[in-house]
Amino acid sequence: MTDRRDTLLRVDGLSLSYQTRLGEIQAVRDVSFELARGSALGLVGESGCGKTSVANCLMRLLPDNARLSAGRVLLDGQDVLPLTEEEMRLLRWRRISMVFQAAMNVLDPVYRVGRQILEAIETHGVESTDTAAKERVARLFRMVGLDPQLMEHYPHEFSGGMRQRAVIAMALSCDPDLMIADEPTTALDVIVQDRILRELKAIQQQLAMSIIYISHDIAVVAEVTDVVGMMYAGRLVEMGDTSDVFRAPAHPYTAALMASFPSVSGERRPLTSLPGEPPNLSDLPRGCPFHPRCAYATDVCRTEYPPQARYGSHWVACWHPLDPALVPQS
Amino acid sequence: MESASNTPETPNAEAAGSNASDGEPLVAVHGLTKLFPVGGGPFRKPSSFIHAVDDVSFQLGHGESLGLVGESGCGKTTVGKLLVKLLEPTGGEILFRFAGDAAAPAAETPWDSAAIRGRLLRSFRRRVQMIFQDPYESMNPRRTIYDIISEPLSVQGMGDVQYRVDRVLEILTLVGLTPAGAFLFRHPHELSGGQRQRVAIARALVIRPSFVVADEPTSMLDVSSRAGVMSLMQDLATELGVAYLYVTHDLAVARYMCNRIAVMYLGKVVELAETEELLRNPLHPYTKALLSAVPVADPGRRRQVPDIRGDLTTPIDPPSRCRFYERCPAATEHCLNHPHPPAEEKTPGHLVACYEV
Repeated sequence: MTDRRDTLLRVDGLSLSYQTRLGEIQAVRDVSFELARGSALGLVGESGCGKTSVANCLMRLLPDNARLSAGRVLLDGQDVLPLTEEEMRLLRWRRISMVFQAAMNVLDPVYRVGRQILEAIETHGVESTDTAAKERVARLFRMVGLDPQLMEHYPHEFSGGMRQRAVIAMALSCDPDLMIADEPTTALDVIVQDRILRELKAIQQQLAMSIIYISHDIAVVAEVTDVVGMMYAGRLVEMGDTSDVFRAPAHPYTAALMASFPSVSGERRPLTSLPGEPPNLSDLPRGCPFHPRCAYATDVCRTEYPPQARYGSHWVACWHPLDPALVPQS
Repeated sequence: MESASNTPETPNAEAAGSNASDGEPLVAVHGLTKLFPVGGGPFRKPSSFIHAVDDVSFQLGHGESLGLVGESGCGKTTVGKLLVKLLEPTGGEILFRFAGDAAAPAAETPWDSAAIRGRLLRSFRRRVQMIFQDPYESMNPRRTIYDIISEPLSVQGMGDVQYRVDRVLEILTLVGLTPAGAFLFRHPHELSGGQRQRVAIARALVIRPSFVVADEPTSMLDVSSRAGVMSLMQDLATELGVAYLYVTHDLAVARYMCNRIAVMYLGKVVELAETEELLRNPLHPYTKALLSAVPVADPGRRRQVPDIRGDLTTPIDPPSRCRFYERCPAATEHCLNHPHPPAEEKTPGHLVACYEV
């Protein structure tokens, strides 16, 4: 693991809401975390838990109805939230880049793939000459496992996995310090997914880049991240070293999500499903938002949001954290 | 999964799942082939063919659940569509033997899929149903849940309105949408993805079919609702005696849903075995690669790098040799010079199509 003192990103009390006809939707509430240079963080949760909203805050890609009500996002100590759009544009791709969920739709069908990556490089002036820029694209192609000759091809000539690699090459084009990968392999087959995740891991180590993986797939996150944060209803509810969190989950939500996840290896244990649905973000229950679905909920859970409790290397926001040594009988 | 044998030859197939046909399989697929033309036009012969399904054979017992697993483009969905007659095969044979069946084309003979047309097709649809992948696309947004679920009943002309309302309420309760009355007149957009997929399952099962093709029914769902829908489908299989062909790309899901798993690669079934046998003792190099590529949620565990080369080759007019030859780590000259290997039973019930096993 990388030196923890070398913090690249610090998110502090981030809160984001969307104003809609149906009222205010609290997508992100009081989210704080740190990310060390060169390490990988995973944000995990069900759809609508706010994980993509956190990413959009970091990239400052927010729709007009979004309101950042509180918090700071410090990149190497500099708060990016008050920056003007012009200043932010200099930061995007060069410091923070993003691999979007629907890679199929990111590439423009009427331009050659190499041309589109070249454009990102030229826009940000990373290379001074045309030949240097082209060489850079070829290098990026090789890095993500694509034949540089494919630069001259159009997106429709690429398979899903190849497009995803091209999009990753684009995100790497300006040597960012931080790459956000939003469900980067969800639409891909397992063999291709395995290759791309291995390549990303190698690139991350080679360039000492930090990556934030956003995923609902616990198994993927368990394999590629150093630190994991579990999100529920806009809040981080548990966070710590990936191995610790998945070996001994302390939040009932983490444990329930893991118990509902089928596995190909190990004993075939019965799956248990999480009862109910995630809460409505415009009308959140009082207290801990997970209490209506939680098997351990008591009166205090229904009235007051739990404080953070430290648990070994990780922390959990729960009134009744599961002590790994005292797993309750079900 | 096999439910106990009950009523003998009733004219009504309601009592699905009985072993009326004396150990005969419910579905017997032999040499099934589907080619899609490429190029070509109204006045031009197609220049080549996509071999979507190429000489596939398997059997499925009453009340059994068979998983069809493979990567996108391997032909697994096409097999599913051929079985429910949404597509017509180019070659091969599909025979159905429904339990306690008096409506078969001729008494005691199985239903030959190729001969099912017209009125027979309607009574076939009463026995064979399909659940689609996307619960957002497979329902008319303007219709109520009652309309959606009762449609198979009205198409089949089953009962009066009171009967249909009762059946819909009953199946809604069975799929866990309770209180059932509260869901009757809602629209799909008012339901979550998991709830919609429960409606899709209710629609497929309301006429009590013997056989259901489920095409990735949980892949669009959130992790938390996936487990619920999976266990619901298993409970219903036991309760109603339904047999499933479960089409999925996810081996972990297949492990929980299926008695046996068939692995497909480029239109061919390369391995077929009991679920735990296949996962513990994979024999085909492709199955091995596929299994080692599945991520594991155990941080202490290190997976091997999947032993497979290159990318998926084209399904358009593939050479007659083993489909997996180009990507196979164990390929030999023998594999190059011989046709695609036939499936052989290596241990009882474990079929593999590979010269090197």
